[in-house]
Amino acid sequence: MESLMKAETNTQVPPKGRRGRTGSSLGNRLKEQKLLFLLMLPAFVVTLLFSYVPMFGLYMAFTNYSPGGGPFFSQFFTTEFVGFEWFHYFFTSGDFYRVMRNTLAQSFLSLLFGFPMPILLALMINEVRNGWFKRTFQTVSYMPHFISWVIAANIIITVLSSGGVLNGILTGLGIVDEPVQFMQKGPLFWWIIAIANTWKDMGFNAIMYLAAISAINPELYEVAKVDGASRLKQMLHITLPSIRPTVIILAILAIGGILNAGFDQQYLLQNNTVLEYSEVIDTYTYKYGLQNGMFSYGAAVGLFKSAVAFILVLSVNTLAKKMKEQSLF
Amino acid sequence: MVKSRNDLFFMSFVYLFIAAVFVVTFYPFWNILIISLNSAEDTLRGNLYFWPRDFSLASYEQILSDGEIWTAIKVTTLRTIIGTPLAVVVISMLSYTLSKRELVGSRFWTLYFIFTMYFGGGLIPYYMVLKSLHLIDNFMVYILPSMMNVFYMIIVRTFMQQLPQELDESAKIDGANYLQIFFRIILPLTTPVLATIGMFTAIMHWNSWFDSYVFTYDSDLKTLQAVLVKILNQYQTGSMVNDAQQAADASKRMAVSPDTIRMAATMVATLPILMVYPFLQKYFVKGMTLGAVKS
Repeated sequence: MESLMKAETNTQVPPKGRRGRTGSSLGNRLKEQKLLFLLMLPAFVVTLLFSYVPMFGLYMAFTNYSPGGGPFFSQFFTTEFVGFEWFHYFFTSGDFYRVMRNTLAQSFLSLLFGFPMPILLALMINEVRNGWFKRTFQTVSYMPHFISWVIAANIIITVLSSGGVLNGILTGLGIVDEPVQFMQKGPLFWWIIAIANTWKDMGFNAIMYLAAISAINPELYEVAKVDGASRLKQMLHITLPSIRPTVIILAILAIGGILNAGFDQQYLLQNNTVLEYSEVIDTYTYKYGLQNGMFSYGAAVGLFKSAVAFILVLSVNTLAKKMKEQSLF
Repeated sequence: MVKSRNDLFFMSFVYLFIAAVFVVTFYPFWNILIISLNSAEDTLRGNLYFWPRDFSLASYEQILSDGEIWTAIKVTTLRTIIGTPLAVVVISMLSYTLSKRELVGSRFWTLYFIFTMYFGGGLIPYYMVLKSLHLIDNFMVYILPSMMNVFYMIIVRTFMQQLPQELDESAKIDGANYLQIFFRIILPLTTPVLATIGMFTAIMHWNSWFDSYVFTYDSDLKTLQAVLVKILNQYQTGSMVNDAQQAADASKRMAVSPDTIRMAATMVATLPILMVYPFLQKYFVKGMTLGAVKS
């Protein structure tokens, strides 16, 4: 009854958002909203300086920038325009193949482990009924997400070192005779990155799925129980199908980020013996652009990555939106 | 009977899986802790897995007697306590403005901010801009760029849009302007979500190393994590112990080693996070799910 009355009074309120639009000119509205703009100002300036100005700075990818040639922006008018020279240089160098291969391989392997694990973990956590145990376990499972990659790299290198725990287990069980130098085997690096990424984020990424699971109508389980379905069957036929839309959306979005293989992990875990397998686009940009002083080249490689990633994300978002609509109707 | 036996089998698998994940997640931290608490000489014997064999605080004494680490702790603490409230204020002010549907050009402004999530200039032009703004080797390089975060803005804006509109309307009728409405009415109601983004920002500040590593050269400006990167790099290249250090170590009969020092430094950088985050759990779970609703 009460809700009915509320609904009725609501209809008498003019549609929201229309206020002020009728009968007042743009100038008046701007004047009325000047405090709103004031509240936006700091964020506007920060975004302009640290996001948009660097985008204009990308012009340097088409020139021969040199640090000795005067202030950064005034150089735009004085340095030589070289067109797509730096891009050409990147594509024709042997580095292009190597860097792209490492980036895609590390991303793909990270998805292979890192995508299903949080789902499995969420399904398992959901089966635990003891509240205290569940909370404690979840707290521990988030732990690696909240430490920096610096700390994670220190931990991983220690565990995988020749005197580390993993080698201790392997030699103890007689699987290997001599300690394996995990961090010095090139091809292993891809797998180490994939497992490290999974280790760091699976607990945290499970939150999303647990939220989806908690939205499932409990009556479904009650009915299934009456029908005599085992817990495994309930999981397979109720929980899993219910979180399917979430899984699909997150999978599509993950594909959009495939060029973002990371920087921290690779930079901190790599050493000279595995460079052939560890170098990804972002570490390559840093190495050439800042460490070796090839500023314009570094900017060009960065622009290539940003542009491809941008197109990927846009197409993938459109796809995700379409899927969302389909699952809603 | 068959049903319950099936369930028993299934639940054993569930608990086994969870136990395995628990060990894999927790044990590496434990491993670091015990190595950092063991004497260097004994650590060299290897097989140090469950408990410190030869308990020693020498590694901690060594790194905590180093001025560098205290400077780093000071810089990191400063950037966290200055940077976090600034970011929360700037982001929440922006979120309020963008939550107003009557805002002139509202679609344009939203796009202006959202676009930066999808496209950026990349590292090299960014470095050049920082240089032009005299932010290289400047403490403000830690504070200014991190005052804005589009993802957090979306979370806060979504939260504000869900507040009852009548609050605003009635305050406006009472003659309050936007500033008064924001600070007196909206901000207090938004505290749970501000706590969430504040916590994430604080952790980001504590954990960041790249800006310190690349944008500062002055050793007085290095953050804790950047110092740790230096220690890690020295370990990776195997040149951690120089001659003078080696002589000093020898006279101390190897009370410390590159390994145990590295572990102790890791623990010093990790402990504050590990001690704080369990208490903030409920906030970030809420924030994650709130953000998920929108994006």
